[in-house]
Amino acid sequence: MAKLAGYRRPYPGTQPNHLHPPYVSSIKRAPSKPLICLPHTLSEVTGPLFDASLVDLKACDLTRQHKGEPLGERITVTGRVIDENGRPVRNTLVEIWQANAAGRYHHKVDQHNAPLDPNFTGCGRTLTDGQGHYRFLTIRPGEYPWRNHYNAWRPAHIHFSLFGPAFATRLVTQMYFPGDPLLPYDPIFNSTGDEKARNRLISVLDWETTVPDESLGYKFDIVLNGRESTPWEE
Amino acid sequence: MSLQATTSQTVGPYFRIGMTWLFKDDLSGPGITGERVVITGKVLDADGHGVSDALLEFWQANAQGKYAHPDDTQQKSVEPRFTGFGRVPTGEDGSFRLTTIKPGSVPGPDGKPQAPHIVVSVFMRGLLRRLITRVYFPGEPTNASDFALGLVEPARRGTLIAKKSTQDNLALEWNVVLQSAEETVFFDC
Repeated sequence: MAKLAGYRRPYPGTQPNHLHPPYVSSIKRAPSKPLICLPHTLSEVTGPLFDASLVDLKACDLTRQHKGEPLGERITVTGRVIDENGRPVRNTLVEIWQANAAGRYHHKVDQHNAPLDPNFTGCGRTLTDGQGHYRFLTIRPGEYPWRNHYNAWRPAHIHFSLFGPAFATRLVTQMYFPGDPLLPYDPIFNSTGDEKARNRLISVLDWETTVPDESLGYKFDIVLNGRESTPWEE
Repeated sequence: MSLQATTSQTVGPYFRIGMTWLFKDDLSGPGITGERVVITGKVLDADGHGVSDALLEFWQANAQGKYAHPDDTQQKSVEPRFTGFGRVPTGEDGSFRLTTIKPGSVPGPDGKPQAPHIVVSVFMRGLLRRLITRVYFPGEPTNASDFALGLVEPARRGTLIAKKSTQDNLALEWNVVLQSAEETVFFDC
């Protein structure tokens, strides 16, 4: 068996701690014992791969999944998935889910007193192309209240789930919008100590993908764990 | 300097909207070789309450110990119908059930075989990053020399090894315990 290179560990401060008391749900769910550092083996440097036969080409357009058009502001969300070594992550699955324009999720647990939109489910997926690019057409999600603390409101966000090439590169995150006044008050966004790392979760307005008279474009690039360049010594 | 990986955020309570299409709780099936196993259990929070909004993802080798992935260069054969990936949400009481085949042994970093195991990602509201753990199989002689189990203090190793179920003699029981004296062992990255 050839020597095996593992994937990089997070740069200090750039990932949230499991326990972040301002985010109340973390208190009874975060592990209380230290995590054990496990060198990556074949089990961690491999992982599920998904091909085009599994992903409907239309699944990247969240505005055309029903008979009518959803309410709200149409937006295009594009970006590039690369690894920490700057290489594109090709043909990787990107899943997204989000609230509708009124800030309500199409989910039985969400009882927020805002209307559901019969023309919007809020679910999309796609594969990155040969250069790591992805593209979704959707509706700008609304902000919504939650019960974390008194008068708590989540900033507008879109949930992202990515696999990358290995079990070790799996990432679930959230994309935010530039200039959202709720960001400084959100315990989930602020769970990461490193300010620059946190701010990379905020998409940028992108004129290149903004379509005149049609939709604004937002760009959100994503970096997955990169492979260590030095193979292990046996 | 290398780039830094994007910050993780919680899946939140509504992940089913985007992730249901890929739910898969049965990896066994016609034409797939190996010993069929059922792994059942619960995800439990600090109060011992079942977590009704957790998601487990499983990744494993086939019965020969071969991953369906190009980085597995072992001279063993893949089975076209066996992907090795499962995605299972918990029910109202925090329970889950995975039907699969027992994976074969795969090599560890020291070249020695690892004991058969499945790697697991745990996602839920309240977890800002996924938790990573492993399921091993009971009565497996190679558990004693397994590289990853060897990193764990002996008193906690049992949290990674499924047990024969007391309720269903065809099933194995393995719980994800988030806090308490019996907290499951979680690995970093």
